Amino acid sequence: MTEYVSTTAGLFALPDWAKDDLSDLKGHQKHDLIGGDESEEITSVYESAREEVVDAQQDAGLDRIVEGQLRWDDMLAHPLAVHDAVETRGIVRYYDNNNFYREPVVSGELDFSGDIASELEATSELAPDADLQAVLPGPYSLAELATDEHYDDEADFLAAVADFLAGEVEAFPEVETLYLLEPSLVEDAPEDGLDERASEAIDTVAAATDADVVAHPYWGALEEKTYAHLLDADIDAVGFDFVSEQEDNLYNIQEYGATNEISLGLVDGQNTLVEDPEAVRDRTDWVFDQIPVTDFETVYLTTNTGTFHLPYNKHEAKLEILAEAADLAEVKAA
Amino acid sequence: MSTNENKDQFRPDDHENDHFLLSTVVGSYAKPKWLNRAKELYQDPDHGFDEGDYQEAKDDAARLITNEHERAGLDVVVDGEMRRNEMVEFFAHRIEGYEFNGPVKVWGHNYFDKPSVVSEVKYDETWLVDEYEFTAEASDRPVKVPITGPYTLANWSFNEAYDDDDDLTLELADLVNEEIEKLVDAGARYIQIDEPALATTPDDHAIVGEALEHIVADIPEEVRIGLHVCYGDYSRIYPEILEFPVDEFDLELANGDYDQLDVFKDPEFTADLALGVTDVHVAEVESVEQIEENIKKGLEIVPPEQLVVSPDCGVKLLPREVAYGKMANMVEAARNVEAQLDAGEIDIERETPAPADD
Repeated sequence: MTEYVSTTAGLFALPDWAKDDLSDLKGHQKHDLIGGDESEEITSVYESAREEVVDAQQDAGLDRIVEGQLRWDDMLAHPLAVHDAVETRGIVRYYDNNNFYREPVVSGELDFSGDIASELEATSELAPDADLQAVLPGPYSLAELATDEHYDDEADFLAAVADFLAGEVEAFPEVETLYLLEPSLVEDAPEDGLDERASEAIDTVAAATDADVVAHPYWGALEEKTYAHLLDADIDAVGFDFVSEQEDNLYNIQEYGATNEISLGLVDGQNTLVEDPEAVRDRTDWVFDQIPVTDFETVYLTTNTGTFHLPYNKHEAKLEILAEAADLAEVKAA
Repeated sequence: MSTNENKDQFRPDDHENDHFLLSTVVGSYAKPKWLNRAKELYQDPDHGFDEGDYQEAKDDAARLITNEHERAGLDVVVDGEMRRNEMVEFFAHRIEGYEFNGPVKVWGHNYFDKPSVVSEVKYDETWLVDEYEFTAEASDRPVKVPITGPYTLANWSFNEAYDDDDDLTLELADLVNEEIEKLVDAGARYIQIDEPALATTPDDHAIVGEALEHIVADIPEEVRIGLHVCYGDYSRIYPEILEFPVDEFDLELANGDYDQLDVFKDPEFTADLALGVTDVHVAEVESVEQIEENIKKGLEIVPPEQLVVSPDCGVKLLPREVAYGKMANMVEAARNVEAQLDAGEIDIERETPAPADD
């Protein structure tokens, strides 16, 4: 029987009080952003905010609990932005959004950091009985967001980023699921040769954990070849952003099949319109009506993107919708 | 020397040179600290500072910045957008159909109250007529009115109500058109449509063009319509933008040290060019000589009759004295270049490429 798991792609909006407090404590300029060595005062604001978003997920009834990535000022570039061997330069546009991040420039060996493991440890203490989900940028996206001034070439750099992420994952506390967010696989699709390496890089990270690994691209559908290569990676699920693209995503599944598990991005992480849970459930059915494979072990129902694009009240509303939609789908499936 | 009637209507009667390089600004200016303090007092429920007091503070600030623009010598002035908080929020508060849910991250701890369109957008009260009338009263120079364009108003909002963003953009364009009609009735002759969102999604230039057709519908020919676009890859929107029904394109080029200048050389730039000649992201005042060189870059694209000079973008992030210094030097540089043109001392070869429609 198919299990429906409600979850999110992490990268949450900060509660409004935390936006205010952190603005005051940290400031608004480039050099005020997170460095991994924040003061006790700042740390304590993040701890309270983390507790709030963990509680909110549990109250909503989500099946997977994420840390929320509240400290990730640079969004998916965060793991490098706080790394000792990385220098952050100018503010650059974050994909095709009205968002910006500091350009991370890798100038030395990407060794172990532990920054994200400590976030997850803290989350695990807040919710000891919950099924935790780790969220990371996929190696290809993280490499694409950064500039390399240390490794020899693109392929070496991608491999180094993958090794770095694998090292971080090895230090994680026990998690049920690991989401690797890979928007760059859509937005800056890898060229011939690199598509295979992107898939191998995901393999490297996935091999570092016993958790179920979901590679979740968004902001469109993957090109056919990229998708075909991704299916070769040793992962449990591929994600699909059905909010921004339907036909091409369906085509990929119809033509190339899918993994045993699947992640469906059906709730819009970038629009305040709060979906109806029944409509989300119906969209799940609609996807399965269009594709030949339907006997998935697990179906993750999630937002297509992180929810930091939303005001906090709408972010919270979306969590509830996902939990309800998964319950409805479960009932129907049984 | 050929003439440009639309631009020359803003030529001051006592203009000293034969050539006329209209000098203006994009719009925003740093708010005086006391205005921000007045706003805090107004928002403090325990304080007796009321709406009338806050209105007076905004009036004072608008007058102050308008005068600052005059003192710098600008040919066309604005009030520094003293009454506006943010370029989307300000309009969304005045358009029926919008709702606010709270701040949304732009970068780091910089947020804005990104509004949601939750029902059909409708024109309610006027947006800018009071602002225009006050500024026109406060100055004897022509006043430009910057308006956030419908594409940016749609793109930087959450769209809950329309099937697609293009429908919303065109509906908003009709509202902008209605507002411009009222501004023109009030006496405005120079309107600038700000579309910074086009830089983030350059493939959407067609819908921006279609929206502009709605915006200018039934607006008299003599009303000058400019379009401001900044911080993007212009090669992705040029030459397509030449089809837009506007008199002037206001472009940011100083920040990139004119590395995109060649984009506009072929095909021929047929509209007026409001060239960014000072960089608003550098808190140092460029010298008059430096700005003269920047102005001459514009002459590689258009003849003097089609050239307007302006900072790259709004100057609201610059300290006031730096913003003032940049404007004053810009005006001095423009007058110097005019004099050099009059004396026949400038010899800039413009390439003569094929017209865009060939």
